[in-house]
Amino acid sequence: MDIPKEVDVLVVGMGPGGSGAAKKAAELGLSVLGVEKRAEIGAPKRCGEAVSRHGMIERIGIEPKGPWLIQEVHGAVVYSPDGRHVRIDYDGPEGWIVERKLFDKHLAALAARTGARIMAKTEAKNFRRVEGGIKATLESEGITHDVKARIVIAADGVESKVARELGVNTTARLIDICAGAQFEMANVKPNENMIEFFFGNGIAPGGYCWIFPKGEGMVNVGIGVRRPWAKKPAIEYLKEFVRSRPELRDGSILEVNSGGVPVGGFLKDNVDDNLMIVGDAAHQVNPIHGGGIPEAYMAGRIAAEVAAEAVKANDFSKKFLKRYDEIWMKQRGNRLKKILKLREVMESMSDDDLNWLINYLQGQDLVDISRSSGFTRFAKILMKRPKLIKLARKLI
Amino acid sequence: MIRTDKSKCLRCAGCVGVCPKSALTLTEHGIVCNENCNDCGICINFCPVGAIKPKER
Ligand SMILES: Cc1cc2nc3c(=O)[nH]c(=O)nc-3n(C[C@H](O)[C@H](O)[C@H](O)COP(=O)(O)OP(=O)(O)OC[C@H]3O[C@@H](n4cnc5c(N)ncnc54)[C@H](O)[C@@H]3O)c2cc1C
Repeated sequence: MDIPKEVDVLVVGMGPGGSGAAKKAAELGLSVLGVEKRAEIGAPKRCGEAVSRHGMIERIGIEPKGPWLIQEVHGAVVYSPDGRHVRIDYDGPEGWIVERKLFDKHLAALAARTGARIMAKTEAKNFRRVEGGIKATLESEGITHDVKARIVIAADGVESKVARELGVNTTARLIDICAGAQFEMANVKPNENMIEFFFGNGIAPGGYCWIFPKGEGMVNVGIGVRRPWAKKPAIEYLKEFVRSRPELRDGSILEVNSGGVPVGGFLKDNVDDNLMIVGDAAHQVNPIHGGGIPEAYMAGRIAAEVAAEAVKANDFSKKFLKRYDEIWMKQRGNRLKKILKLREVMESMSDDDLNWLINYLQGQDLVDISRSSGFTRFAKILMKRPKLIKLARKLI
Repeated sequence: MIRTDKSKCLRCAGCVGVCPKSALTLTEHGIVCNENCNDCGICINFCPVGAIKPKER
């Protein structure tokens, strides 16, 4: 198959962000080439694989059905450092665990079916600005090929080299990125249907541990930690956590994953001339729980919509493309900023504070906190503890 | 400059994202570090699996 020499949109990276962009752009009649440097889209995973109902239906916008959907989530349990917990239950699925490599491939297939051309094991590099667009060199099996795009959508994930090559500094500050490690385990006895979160400065400094069920005694058990709170590699904390949990201790490890999760440090501009940055590359992640699949997909879709408008107007300037940023901020970005504020309050709390706090929380609070509603109620709770009053004020 | 322990590195590329000099690249042969590296050590502190070490010159 011939590789096009010129396209309206070159999408770099075929994670959820890239697929969201490629599908929408093709749907709107643009010529789209999407490239993924890995040999298999979505693999190996760098992900806990949890997606909320809201994220799946509203932000990604697909029906939760298919072989990639492997476990319903009916609730959540959050543990404080001393093991006390608060729980929320739902009557039906409030989220799902997906098999990421099937899911990402499914999303890419949807884009391909809509008319986007997708190429795995193809790396885009050497980005340079030329008259009327951006040129990149595609490299696949040692063969190189130049392509010119009117718009590049950088969906290259945490690496985020595309934007940096084109002069937008997307480097994540160490304090704004979680170091993640995860084991996929079998023969364990998880809390079926429930996702579990474990907090504590000793357990997971600057982050948390999770156990997500994958059915039939399988789980993703993972951790995110951050410097400067963390003093050693994430995986060392994870091993300690697994040893400390009776339900995990005798399990077998089937897969080991790691990854970086940008949980803050939002960029001022996710655009430049002929360029839009989406997903992890633009740090578009929920700063409390680190979920970024729906965010990336949604940002990709918005970027594609603006790309179509730009093609129509024949205007690819930063000023025109800024519309993508504005829509993103309005629909999601501002919310993520609020969530970040809440997280900054939570990370200033000691283990004692967290143990105290959990007594006052109810199940619904967990949901409110992760969605950044109920700030006033949360602040009121903190006010009950004299040494937290100052922190609480940051929320009002 | 840094070197990665290939027996530990899982090729997650997180280090690439934190490098302020854009000196790191994830290639088919793992993480490669170029001359822009100024030994700041951020990638070493970040690496989730402890795979990055300073390179003795
Ligand atoms: C340990 C861990 C657990 C997580 N758990 C969850 C979770 O439970 N739920 C959730 O919603 N999110 C989770 N996340 C976050 C989620 O994985 C990301 O937010 C999401 O994958 C972002 O999608 P993306 O499309 O922006 O980037 P990615 O999915 O990372 O895709 C980017 C792609 O671009 C490719 N690429 C990079 N450079 C180039 C190039 N030059 N040419 C071609 N291709 C290139 C990469 O190979 C990669 O495949 C987790 C992350 C980690 C690390």
